[in-house]
Amino acid sequence: MDFFLQLLVNGICIGLLYGISAMGFVMIFKASSVLNFAHGELLALGAFFFLSLVTWGKLPIIVSFLLTLVGCFLLGFLIEKFFLRPLIGEKLIFVIMLTVGLAAMFKGLILLIWGGNLHTYPPFLPDALEIELGSIYIAPVYSMTLLISVVFLVLFGLFFKKSSQGIYMRSVADNQKAALSLGVHVRRVFALSWAIAAMVACMSGIVLGIINGVNVHDLSAIGLKVFPVVILGGLDSIGGAIIGGIIIGLLETFTGGYLNPSLRDVVPYIVLVFILMVKPYGLFGLVEIERV
Amino acid sequence: MKKMSFHPCGNYRESYAEELSIFETWFGRVCLGGFLLLLFGLAPFFLSPYLLYILNNIGIFAIAAIGLNILIGYTGQISLGHGAFFGVGAYAAAILATRLNVPFYLSIPAAGFITALVGMIFGIPSGRLKGLYLTIATLAGQFIIEYVLIQWESLTMGTMGITLPSPSIAGWTISGDKMFFFLIFLSLVATTWFAVNIMRSKFGRAFIAIRDNDRAAEGMGIPIFKYKLLSFAISSFYAGFAGAIWAYYMVSITTEPFNLGLSVEFIAMVIIGGMGNIPGAIFGATFITVLNEVLRYATGILMNVSVITSMGLNMAPLREFVFGLAIVLFILLEPKGLAELWRILRSSFRLWPFSY
Repeated sequence: MDFFLQLLVNGICIGLLYGISAMGFVMIFKASSVLNFAHGELLALGAFFFLSLVTWGKLPIIVSFLLTLVGCFLLGFLIEKFFLRPLIGEKLIFVIMLTVGLAAMFKGLILLIWGGNLHTYPPFLPDALEIELGSIYIAPVYSMTLLISVVFLVLFGLFFKKSSQGIYMRSVADNQKAALSLGVHVRRVFALSWAIAAMVACMSGIVLGIINGVNVHDLSAIGLKVFPVVILGGLDSIGGAIIGGIIIGLLETFTGGYLNPSLRDVVPYIVLVFILMVKPYGLFGLVEIERV
Repeated sequence: MKKMSFHPCGNYRESYAEELSIFETWFGRVCLGGFLLLLFGLAPFFLSPYLLYILNNIGIFAIAAIGLNILIGYTGQISLGHGAFFGVGAYAAAILATRLNVPFYLSIPAAGFITALVGMIFGIPSGRLKGLYLTIATLAGQFIIEYVLIQWESLTMGTMGITLPSPSIAGWTISGDKMFFFLIFLSLVATTWFAVNIMRSKFGRAFIAIRDNDRAAEGMGIPIFKYKLLSFAISSFYAGFAGAIWAYYMVSITTEPFNLGLSVEFIAMVIIGGMGNIPGAIFGATFITVLNEVLRYATGILMNVSVITSMGLNMAPLREFVFGLAIVLFILLEPKGLAELWRILRSSFRLWPFSY
């Protein structure tokens, strides 16, 4: 029973991480319908920015965190301006391959600058966040992850429901031409959504870095794990990303714990194919009915 | 109208047969024939073994890239699993050759057909999904195939790998770069010929119709699910065929090379070469293979420059960076790829002195 409970808790914790990493991905998709294969590298960039500021720059944690957020905001803005904007209205394959190319570029850059070794942050989280329930132990990072994901969920929910920019983003995602004709500044919306998404991604990267240490290969692998998560939750649903993440995390830990550890990494993709066949728009995705 | 000797300045075609002809002029036919003669007559005898090795790799990857181009460029279905299909072909040939002692001239096509079957299984989602959902489904296919190749140890020997016997025909053993050159490039010529011709047939036209507008294609009476599956099958056949030759050429294979990176390289070949263009796939395969070798060479040199090593920089990731940069630049600057550049070059000669 203890084993089961510990697996359950671990699964939820890992799942929350997947969910939080998937949020930036969903943001980009929601606003610009771009499938971002460079997401893992964005996570890694955020984590490494923060790492350099903390360990080389010796800046206080809060300052470096804020600086990283600003840096990633700018980075997302620049990516959109130089790489994605020329492709507005182009074929899907070009957009996909562009992000694949960007992923290779970023990965190469990170490896050139920081190398492929595992780095760790100096410990800075308060111990007050530590939770112990009987035999189950939850490390402070996980409770912080839970906190951050809830905060972001609420913030983004409000942003997309209430703020005018959020509504513009949804309109652009739904129908670019109609949004343009109604006076939405589509280019600004794209730029803003990439900037925000990059910011969210880098924040998730930092959280992941605190838990697992910072390593390019691990982080870019998580960028691919995002696909089953978002398909399960629905490509354009931020809440769905969290729920999808938790389900995938649970699936992984339970197959790893009870069935076969080697099956662990492939189970999300098997589920992915199954979901795509049965319910392609996921649990919470917007259903566009189109028969081919 | 009789065939013209040289390209006219305008479009003077009078019948559909002319529109469909592969060579518009006898000059083009002679050029290609001359090129092939030179290739087969000179290349294997005068090139150094290293250059011949690169040329052989180009040939193998070109076969697979042509297959992927049929799927992506002509049918409009994006597949991220081509690297895995290449691996399925390699393993199918290896298992047939080692377990059942099938001679190579049977095992290579058989590997192609086995891969075509696997490709059709992973093409089934295309009946319900399109666009990016299908892309994600093929991504999942890539991971699942990779997993099966590693874990099905009784058949694939897992991480140990399989060593293949040298192919032999009528007591005549094919080994060494020179012999393989003929095997690879004769296959490349045959597969190119087949691909070019299938695109002129009813099937090719149906593929193009599906790519351009699937609903209209369905309305015109094309059973699109059947044709999409066929496209997956043909494309996987090419991948499996190329993978099988690759397995024989490499002698021993492991699961490692058939990862997502290989799939991405295949798509890069198709895009950089030119989508929807058969010679483009060959250009793309050439470009990517040569780029890989040049970068390997360049990083090797940079590693020995004392300034860089003393700074503690590792130059190996430069390869990945430049590879990504090449993809990004081609997409942004010349999305139609090298085939388009080649066309522009030719037409500027043709229209000289009024080329634009």
